[in-house]
Amino acid sequence: MSSISPQEIKQEFIRSKIGIAGISILIILVSISLIAITVIPVETFQEWNNPGNWISYPKVAVPAWVNYFQSEKIPEHQILDSPVISNRVQGEIIQTSHQFGVNYQYDDFPNDFIYEFTSAYSNSPLIQMSVIRPDGITLDLISSSLPYSENLAIHQERIFSTDEMIKKNLFLQSEHYRFSIQSLSSEDIIFSQIEQNVPLKGKYVFIINAISINSKIELTESKLIIGGKAFGVMGTDELRRDLAIGLLWGTPLALFIGLVVAIASVIMGLLYGVYAGFKGKKTDEAMMRFNDVIYALPALPFLIILSVTISNSIFLMVGFLMIFGWVGIAKVSRSMSLQIKTRGYVDAANMMGQKNSKIILKHILPQLLPYAFASIAISVPAAITTEAGLSFLGLGDPSFPTWGQILHDANTFGAAARGLWWWIMPPGVMIAITGLAFVFIGNALDAIVNPKLKR
Amino acid sequence: MKRYVATRLATMFGVLMITLLITIALVGSNMDTILKQGVVFQVRAEITENPGIAESFSSVEEFEMFVQSQIDQRVKSLGLDEPWYSPQRIGITMYKILLLDFGHATFLTSDSGSSDVKEIIFEKLPRTILLFTTATIIISIIGIFLGALAGSKVGSVVDRITSSFAIISSSFPVWWIGMLMIFVFSFMYQIFPARATPDIPSSEPGYFLALLYHMALPLITIVMIGFGSWAYLVRNFMVGIMQEDFILAKKTIGIKQKKIVYTHALKNAAPPIVTILALSLSGSLGGAIITEAVFDWPGMGRLYFEAITVMDLPVIIGATYILTVFFLISIFVADLLYGYFDPRVRTGQ
Repeated sequence: MSSISPQEIKQEFIRSKIGIAGISILIILVSISLIAITVIPVETFQEWNNPGNWISYPKVAVPAWVNYFQSEKIPEHQILDSPVISNRVQGEIIQTSHQFGVNYQYDDFPNDFIYEFTSAYSNSPLIQMSVIRPDGITLDLISSSLPYSENLAIHQERIFSTDEMIKKNLFLQSEHYRFSIQSLSSEDIIFSQIEQNVPLKGKYVFIINAISINSKIELTESKLIIGGKAFGVMGTDELRRDLAIGLLWGTPLALFIGLVVAIASVIMGLLYGVYAGFKGKKTDEAMMRFNDVIYALPALPFLIILSVTISNSIFLMVGFLMIFGWVGIAKVSRSMSLQIKTRGYVDAANMMGQKNSKIILKHILPQLLPYAFASIAISVPAAITTEAGLSFLGLGDPSFPTWGQILHDANTFGAAARGLWWWIMPPGVMIAITGLAFVFIGNALDAIVNPKLKR
Repeated sequence: MKRYVATRLATMFGVLMITLLITIALVGSNMDTILKQGVVFQVRAEITENPGIAESFSSVEEFEMFVQSQIDQRVKSLGLDEPWYSPQRIGITMYKILLLDFGHATFLTSDSGSSDVKEIIFEKLPRTILLFTTATIIISIIGIFLGALAGSKVGSVVDRITSSFAIISSSFPVWWIGMLMIFVFSFMYQIFPARATPDIPSSEPGYFLALLYHMALPLITIVMIGFGSWAYLVRNFMVGIMQEDFILAKKTIGIKQKKIVYTHALKNAAPPIVTILALSLSGSLGGAIITEAVFDWPGMGRLYFEAITVMDLPVIIGATYILTVFFLISIFVADLLYGYFDPRVRTGQ
C-alpha cells in the first residue's frame, strides 16, 4: 500500500458517485436524528413501553396518507383537544359549554368515540352531550350528573361511545331513521344517513354542556377522540403506539450504536494489530493466538448469553459488540504494520533512538488511517444489523427501543401474517438505508485505499 | 504440514474449552439456584407421596429438620454444596459436556417428549443442517456462475447488476426479508405457510414432504439474500485472475472465452472460494438463530431461542457447545484447505 495524502482522498472521494450518495443519505439521517432529539423529548420516548401513555391513540391504524391512494376513504383518527368554549350565567344557573367541530369525510364509520374531561366543581352538576349532524338533526346522547360533593372536588371521567345510556337515548330518538337501529352501535347510528346505514359526510358538532346551580364549574383537559382506522404519518401498532415516534428516535440510536461500535473496535483492532506486528516474535505470536481465540468464538450465541445474563442495557450491548468487532481489523493491521516496519524511515527512527510508542504513533499509524476510515464505514452496518437482530430476538434495551425492537413486537403480534405492512416495512427499510449509507461510503473509500479493486 | 495441523487442532481445542468455561461462568450461578430448587422440589414431592413419613414425626419442627437433612444430603451427593466455580465442579461439568452429557432440560422437550438435552439437540440438528446446507449449496452454485460471468465481463450490465445487488442485499437483515416474504407469500398470495413447522406429527409418513414444503419460504429467503455477496466475492477473485499472464496467453492462442472462464480461471479461483464456502456454512449456523425464529423452523436456532426465552440453562449450554463445535470444525476445515491450496500459509510466512 502506498501513502495517500488526506487531500487526495478528499478529491477522489468527491469524484466518486457512490461516495457522494452515501454521504447524502448520512446527512439526511443525521438531520432526522437532530429533529427527533429536539422535537420529541427523551422522556416521552422512554414511555414507549408504557401502555397508559398511548391510550388515546388507535389500535393498528394504517398511515393516514393511505387515503390519498384510495377512493374509499378510511376514517382518520382524530384527537380534538381545543374546543370552542362559551360560558353563560342565567340567574343561579351557570353553564359552560364546549363545542367540537368534526369534519367527517370518510366512507366508513368510526371505530368509536370517547369524550375525556377533568372537572372541578362542588354540588352535583349536570353533564349533557349532544351532536348536531350535517343534516341539521340534533341527537341528545347523554345527560348525567357528576357524583355529589359538598366541597370543591376534582373529577376525571371518560365517556365512551359504548355507554349504555347513549344507546338508550338514541333508541328514544329512533324516529329520525328510516331503518331499524336496534342492533347497531352508537357511532354507527350517529354517523349514519337517514335512509340507509351508510356514513353521512359533513360537519358534525359535538356539544358538551356542564350545568351547575349556584357554584362555579370548569371543564379542563376536555378532549374528544373520534376513533378511526388511520393515523399519523406512520400509523400505529397493536399497543396503540405511534410508530412515527419510534422510527424517528430509532435513527439517532442506530447511528450511535453503529458509529460507537465501529470506531471503538477499529481503534482497538488497529492498536492491537500494529503493536503485535511492530513488536514481532513472541509478543506477536501470543497476541495473534489470543486473536485466533476471539475469532473462533461464535459471536451471536455469545452476545445472546451476555445480554441475558449480564444486562441488556444499550450501553453494555455496545461494549459486547466491540468484543467481537476488533478481531478482523487487528489481523489486517498487523500484516500492514509488518510491511511498514521494514521501510527505511522506521529503521532510521529506530536507530535515532526514538521510543517505540512514538514510532508507532508517528510513523506507522498515520499510514494506516485511510484503511481505518474505510473499515469504520464498513463495520457500521454489521454493528447495526447485529444489534437489530438481538433486539429482534427480544433481548434489546426496553428503555431505548430500536428499530429491531419495533420489528420484534411486529413479529410477536404476527404482523406479517396479518398483513400489517406499515409495521414491518419502515423499520427494516430504515435499517437497510442506514446500512447502505455506510456501505456506500466504505466502498468509495475502499476503492481509493486499494486502487486494485477500482477497475 | 503435520505440525501445522497439530497447532491448529490444539488452538481449536483451546478455544472450545474457553468457550465452555465462559458459558459456564456466565450461567453458572443461575444454574446452581435452579438445580438446588430442583432438589428441594424433588425431596418434597417424594415425601408427599409417602404419607407414612410425615406421620412418623411428632412435631412440625422435627419433620422440617428431617426434610432439611434430606435436602442437604441430596445436595451434597450431587456436589452442589460447593459453589459452581470450585475447580472440582467445573472440571466435572466440563468433562460431562465434552462427552455430550448435558443433563435434562428444565422446561423444553423434544417432539417425542424426552427432556434429555442430547436427544432434543440431535432431533433438531438435522433440520438446521438440512435447511442451511441446501441453502448454502444453492447460493454457492448461483454465486459462482454469476460471479464468473460478471468477473469475465467487467463493466458489463451483468457485472453492474450483480455488484449493486450484492451491495444492496448485504445491508438488509435476512430476518426482515423473511418477514416480508411471509407477508407477501402467506398473506397476500397464500402460496406458502407462514409457520415453517409442519402441522403433522413427525411420526407420520408424509412428514418429510411436509417439511420440504414448509422449508421453501425460508430457503428462498436465505438464497435471495445470500447469493449476491457470493457472486461479488467470486467476481473479485475472477477479476484478479483474468489479468494473469497465463489467461492472457490462452486468449492470444485463441481459446474460447467461455472455456477460459469456466475451466482455467475458475480452477485458479477455487482455493479461496472453497475456504469461504466452509466458513459461510458455519457462519450461517450462527445466523440460524434469528432466521429460524422468524420462520418458526423447528431447528437448532429456534431451540436456542426458546431456551433463552425460558432460561433453560442445560439446553443453552448444550446448544452453545454444539454450535461452537460446528463453528470450530468448519474454521478448521477452512484453515486446512487454505493451507493445502496455499503452501505459504503452512510455513507461517
